[in-house]
Amino acid sequence: MSETINNATPPIVRMQKLNKHFGNLHVLNNIDLTIVPGEVVVIIGASGSGKSTLIRCINGLEEFQSGSLIVDNNELLPYGKSTKALQTIRTEVGMVFQQFNLFPHLSVIDNVTLAPMKVRGLSREDAVSNANRLLDRVGIADQAGKYPSQLSGGQQQRVALARALAMEPRLMLFDEPTSALDPEMIGEVLDAMRELAKEGMTMVIVTHEMGFAREVADRVIFIHKGEITEQGRPEQLFDSPQHERTQSFLARVLKH
Amino acid sequence: MDVNFQFDWSAAFGSIPYLLPGIPWTLLISFGGLAIGFFIGIFFGLLRISPLRWLRWPAIVYVEVFRGTPILVQVLFIFYGLPQLLGSPINALVAGIAAIAVNSGAYISEIVRGGVQSIERGQGEASLSLGLSRTQAFRYVIWPQAFRRMIPPLGNQGIISIKDTSLFSVIGVGELVRQGQIYIATTFTALEVYFMVALMYLAITWTLSILLRQLERRGLAGQ
Repeated sequence: MSETINNATPPIVRMQKLNKHFGNLHVLNNIDLTIVPGEVVVIIGASGSGKSTLIRCINGLEEFQSGSLIVDNNELLPYGKSTKALQTIRTEVGMVFQQFNLFPHLSVIDNVTLAPMKVRGLSREDAVSNANRLLDRVGIADQAGKYPSQLSGGQQQRVALARALAMEPRLMLFDEPTSALDPEMIGEVLDAMRELAKEGMTMVIVTHEMGFAREVADRVIFIHKGEITEQGRPEQLFDSPQHERTQSFLARVLKH
Repeated sequence: MDVNFQFDWSAAFGSIPYLLPGIPWTLLISFGGLAIGFFIGIFFGLLRISPLRWLRWPAIVYVEVFRGTPILVQVLFIFYGLPQLLGSPINALVAGIAAIAVNSGAYISEIVRGGVQSIERGQGEASLSLGLSRTQAFRYVIWPQAFRRMIPPLGNQGIISIKDTSLFSVIGVGELVRQGQIYIATTFTALEVYFMVALMYLAITWTLSILLRQLERRGLAGQ
């Protein structure tokens, strides 16, 4: 399916021969990755494989050293030398972090309205009514006046999702969104993400939730030591992985 | 020890009318100096965490110089030394305020640096990922949180600076200690008068502590 879309619509992310080093460590090795609008891509791999670094390159939170990266028609240059494009990209690309990173000094509603007001120039009324709609959508409309520390982890992560969506992004990045959550709260966050995927949001998700990946992904990418080892439809990759490394990784994570 | 010595309460209470005029001077030098020191501290504290080395090093030099020399030497330098350079005398009050300003500024810049650096990396990253500029991220997200964490060490510095003004009796500014010294010169009741001077410092610093504790509690209410 992604192949047919690929030919019809311009990609929202085009990464070619991307390389990133942390000192002597070659974190990303010649990564080629094209993502088209509407696609849900799940990236899996062992910790330290470079999967988080990969999505953090897409919104410029990490610099890369060589290769080309175009996000929503804006080109990011190596070594972060593209401040203007970077700013534009970040208003169009939302991100949800493992540690939520809500602003603890602001109420839930202020967390969600800050960027639309300061970046998009929305009036307070417009920003608040948008925020309330989004909070309702992720099921926490009744918590708008509270502070992040008064919420459970699952609620905080859903606020973080609403906060990112308030900028009306064209692409959403998820960096292990459920890894810091207690098991009983994982479901509520995945449900909210599932809804978002259904509505057609383009999503790139780094996760260890294999069941979720199989269910929502259009494409699953397996990364090993900074290289894309294998990718394909979820049933393809999970049920008949071609590469030996993929097989051993899946055997390890699916066993328990 | 003189076993016959009696603490003379009437001498202690009698000194109060002579000491009280020192309090406004002590407060003026302390808070005037601290207010300027606060801006000096923010300025150099932020320079200190700049990614640019040529902005960082003036801040490092500033802190090392004014934290590494005694405040007594600083005020003597300003009051007696600088006039030789300028060719005109410097008012003792101005010299005192300037000494507190440059001295507390050095410590406050370290407080600012520590406060800002204590904010988790993820806060800045989340702000940038929402499209905020670096300046906006600092203003709306990093600084308000950092400032809350700076309140206790700032209060500490305020109390230290208030006490430091006692040294400025050497340049003849009529603050608390100076008032006490003048009074003792005629009455020879050093024990009673310095006891009262100490009590007055305690009254000032204690009041400040209470105010700060309230400020802190209010600041943390949201979190």
